[in-house]
Amino acid sequence: MPKLSKLQKRRIARLSAVALSVAALIIAGQLIGAGQFDVLDAQGTISAQQRNLLSFATILCILIVTPVFALTFIIVRTYRVDAKKPAVYTPDWDGNNRLEALWWGIPAIVILALSVVTWQSTHALDPFKAISSKQPPLDIQVIALQWKWLFIYPEQGIASVNYVQFPEDRPVRFTVTSDAPMNSFFIPQLGGQIYAMSGMKTQLNLQADHTGNFRGMSANLSGDGFADMDFTAQATSAKTFSIWADMASRQSPELNQTVYERLALPGVPQQPTQYKLTDGMLFDKVVNKYMSYDQKETETK
Amino acid sequence: MLHLFSNVADGLLGRLGWDAFNHPLITWGGIIGMVGAVIIIVGLLTYFKKWGWLYRNWLTSLDPKKIGVMYLIVAAVMLLRGASDAVMMRGQQAMASGGGGYLDADTFQQVFTAHGTIMIFFAAMGFMFALINLIVPLQIGARDVAFPFLNSVSFWLFVAGAVLVNVSLAIGDFAATGWLAYPPLSGLEYSPGVGVDYWIWSIQIAGIGSLLSGINFFATIVKMRAPGMRLMKMPIFVWSVLGSMSLVMFAFPILTATLAMLSLDRLLGMHFFTSAMGGNPMMYVNLIWAWGHPEVYILVLPAFGIFSEVVATYSSKRLFGYTSMVLAIAAITVLSFLVWLHHFFTMGAGANVNAFFGIMTMIIAIPTGVKVFNWLFTMYRGRIRLTSPMLWFIGFVVTFSIGGATGVMLAVPAIDFQMHNSLFLVAHFHNMIIGGVLFGYFAGLTYWFPKIFGYKLNEFLGKIAFWFWLVGFILAFVPLYILGLMGATRRLDHYDASLGWQWLFIVAGVGVLFIMLGVGTQILQMIFSYFARRINRDTTGDAWGGRTLEWSTSSPAPVYNFAIIPDASHRDAWWWTKQHPELVKKPVYQDIELPRNTGAGIVIAGFTGLVGFALIWHIWWLAAIAAVGAIITIIVRTTNDDVEYTITAAEVAKIEASRSRA
Amino acid sequence: MSTNTTTLEHPDHQAKLLDKTSFGFWVYLMTDLVLFATLFATFAVMRTNVASGAPLSEHYNLPFVLVETLLLLTSSFTCGLALLAVRAKQSQLAIAGFGITFALGACFLGMELYEFRQLVIEGNSWRASGALSSFFTLVGTHGAHITIGLLWIGVMMWRLATKPIDANTVRRLTILSLFWHFLDIVWIFIFTMVYLLGAAS
Repeated sequence: MPKLSKLQKRRIARLSAVALSVAALIIAGQLIGAGQFDVLDAQGTISAQQRNLLSFATILCILIVTPVFALTFIIVRTYRVDAKKPAVYTPDWDGNNRLEALWWGIPAIVILALSVVTWQSTHALDPFKAISSKQPPLDIQVIALQWKWLFIYPEQGIASVNYVQFPEDRPVRFTVTSDAPMNSFFIPQLGGQIYAMSGMKTQLNLQADHTGNFRGMSANLSGDGFADMDFTAQATSAKTFSIWADMASRQSPELNQTVYERLALPGVPQQPTQYKLTDGMLFDKVVNKYMSYDQKETETK
Repeated sequence: MLHLFSNVADGLLGRLGWDAFNHPLITWGGIIGMVGAVIIIVGLLTYFKKWGWLYRNWLTSLDPKKIGVMYLIVAAVMLLRGASDAVMMRGQQAMASGGGGYLDADTFQQVFTAHGTIMIFFAAMGFMFALINLIVPLQIGARDVAFPFLNSVSFWLFVAGAVLVNVSLAIGDFAATGWLAYPPLSGLEYSPGVGVDYWIWSIQIAGIGSLLSGINFFATIVKMRAPGMRLMKMPIFVWSVLGSMSLVMFAFPILTATLAMLSLDRLLGMHFFTSAMGGNPMMYVNLIWAWGHPEVYILVLPAFGIFSEVVATYSSKRLFGYTSMVLAIAAITVLSFLVWLHHFFTMGAGANVNAFFGIMTMIIAIPTGVKVFNWLFTMYRGRIRLTSPMLWFIGFVVTFSIGGATGVMLAVPAIDFQMHNSLFLVAHFHNMIIGGVLFGYFAGLTYWFPKIFGYKLNEFLGKIAFWFWLVGFILAFVPLYILGLMGATRRLDHYDASLGWQWLFIVAGVGVLFIMLGVGTQILQMIFSYFARRINRDTTGDAWGGRTLEWSTSSPAPVYNFAIIPDASHRDAWWWTKQHPELVKKPVYQDIELPRNTGAGIVIAGFTGLVGFALIWHIWWLAAIAAVGAIITIIVRTTNDDVEYTITAAEVAKIEASRSRA
Repeated sequence: MSTNTTTLEHPDHQAKLLDKTSFGFWVYLMTDLVLFATLFATFAVMRTNVASGAPLSEHYNLPFVLVETLLLLTSSFTCGLALLAVRAKQSQLAIAGFGITFALGACFLGMELYEFRQLVIEGNSWRASGALSSFFTLVGTHGAHITIGLLWIGVMMWRLATKPIDANTVRRLTILSLFWHFLDIVWIFIFTMVYLLGAAS
């Protein structure tokens, strides 16, 4: 085993420090504080597919990046001016078509493969695409306000603020708009996000595979209270859901125009609340508020 | 009729009042620091009676070497300002578990908006134009840029923009909308104050300066190369600048128009991007990113060019695959216009559109990867000197590869739906900008420092700075990748304690402290090297055994760059000349004409900045007067036909003889 | 850059300066084209966003705009003639040529301002809808460029009147003509895409 020079010892020490700190970070992130990896903790049909895509892409990227690192390390070590073994020196060698073809070609093939996957997955996981299921989708309308989320269940005739409930194993079709600056409706454990924009209707189709409480948020800056736009998405059994919806429609206060306008004022609610929906056209009215009488509401697609 | 032109009641000072000075305590700290620094500098200049010298030798100079140094200084100051914003942000988020922290939401939002705006428009662009001014004319064997006066105007417009950003700290406040200020949040309804207006006018004015520089350097490279330097013989850095300037010319007018439309919404009550009355905020998002994506390639292409020069020089070897490198630059330039939608996959464009842009985004990875391999194979079978520029290069390979890989991940729309606007995204683009742009510019600054200032930088401190930056970078941003996977959105001023995010934010905060240690080391390096300059003097002009024409002049180069315009008919022209010393002829000197100094650029930019300030505060009479002032100054300047001065052949001979040359 | 210059008036130096300046100005015009393209794209997207107002085409007075167009086209012609006079070192003819160009351009601008005023009086100002904002900005930006061009022509006319025609004058008038013709071309696009196509739909 050759003796290591002081320089090499120092270099190894530095590299080890870097490697150790990275490893420590990754481990720390997993253990300390027990933070939940919402994105990886897929609880829904959509998020599960997205997570698989992420894993695939990560592995592919590691496969590409590792040889680059290795090559860098080897070349630097071998061809340093003060390398232990004197190496070949070809000062004017500046091209080789075969090598070039290799690194134009191989990345191109990898990107081609990834492009096919991209095309397919983008269509399969289009937020506007209905989730195929024996059950009909549950319609929930979402209005982003400053700084809260209003959920309207047109079929059940109820509404809730900063809290949304739906049955497991059934597609939920969220139609999203905003009565505030641009927001982004996001429940990581169930799937990706979609922007909430005034005068527009976007759509997000999600489905929870299990019961549970999931964290939701706004993922686009919309003013002072934007960080307070966390909400809870709860998936329950179908029976629990219908019992809850029924109770809410009978026992909750009314959501009329006055109540809505108060809700729409800037502020952060203390706790989630529920309402009985008196105006089934509330959502459309909010969308159309930003349009004039001769302009139809616009669905972005 | 007048009501159409103003939205608010205005007195003599528009909407400027005492409430413009209502600041939180921490802002007062920043103001005092800033004003204090200005007072110290003004005091020193007055005490040492250097105003005249400063005005005559630097401020009014049209020499791109001087303008380049001034860009460096302003960019460095803005880098410090942006870095202090970063420290504040990391501090807040490290403390903000369960609602803690020392910044209120509005201040925090201004801090990160200022951070992004300053870093992109003033630190990075400033640094880039500094190096371009300093090096491109020398590398193409020219004496000057194509339009020297325009160059000065560009610089001073850049300064005017920087001044406006800093004035916003003291008088009024800054935008709290994020660095790209999406409407409707940045419209009158949700941001009625002056913050967004400061943002608009500071980058509008600086942006016009950048656009004019783009035209200037594009024309310089196309029209002013030394005889014999055909396009395929140019140094690769010049090619990368050509690509970057092409992007500037295509992209910045989009920014100008978009900012103008937003300002018309705010000033004249128009409805481009309002929520109602036929406004279309999605249009803004498209337009701003149609500028924004090319902008990041504008910044990174010259960094790539720098790496080509640095790697070849310190490997004592020709750059591998020159033609390929040129093709890659061209491909990256063109492709960067076809990817902008990947910044808003989540806006609901539909699967076909999203998939198209995702695939185009991935395709850019190919020419970029080619460049990395070509650099590695330049080093292969070379004689590598592991100087600090080479360390910056290796640091780049490590960080930029990771950034590129995460970028390819983000380019898959379905993955992006989870990662958009998360801290994962933030980590990705900092990987690219710090690892790519900043590391590249640091390498270039160290590499070309002797050419600019006549002496080398202290190597030991340079290496220490690099390690602080690299370790700091890893500590600061790997936690952000992890946080993104935990579902942490960007721009949060507080978060629930139960989420368990705090430890990661603390680690990231430690990382930023390491980076600041790196910055501190670099400052120390500047000071130390200045005092040691006699020891590290570059006496030959060819500090590293260079290959390109800038190394054929003395260090620093004389005001006219080249006494005799060199013959540049070979790639790596200086290297070739060194291999064929027998072909060097005895010089016969001629008179040289150079542009005279002028303060007109300062005046024009000063008036323009004043127009911006006046429009921000609705001081209409001031805006009108300042605009007229700028126009009159331009007209007066055009009446001056005597804009050049001559250095006689005898003087040239004297200068050449008095400097030690290779 | 020539190394064997003697004085500023050396023809080689001046030729290089003209070449460089024309090229730079062409390049600048291309960036201006991108600016207009952005405004055109915005107009194309927002032309139907009339809020509660009438479609834009109902606001157009096509015969009026046709006269404007003819004025501007003619001014381009007279500008070309004026430049020929400049190259032939005929100061008086050049001043006359640019004077007519100025007058025609000023009439164009006056008519455009009148058109704007009519719209505002009827309640169709730039504040009324996104479509109108876009219309006023696109057409108004062109008008602002015309205004700058008029100012430039005025300054150059003064220079022609007070100095003999030298290489600097020729160079500057060359690029002024480029600017004027460019504005004419942009106007053709505006006339077609905004007025003609708007009226047809």
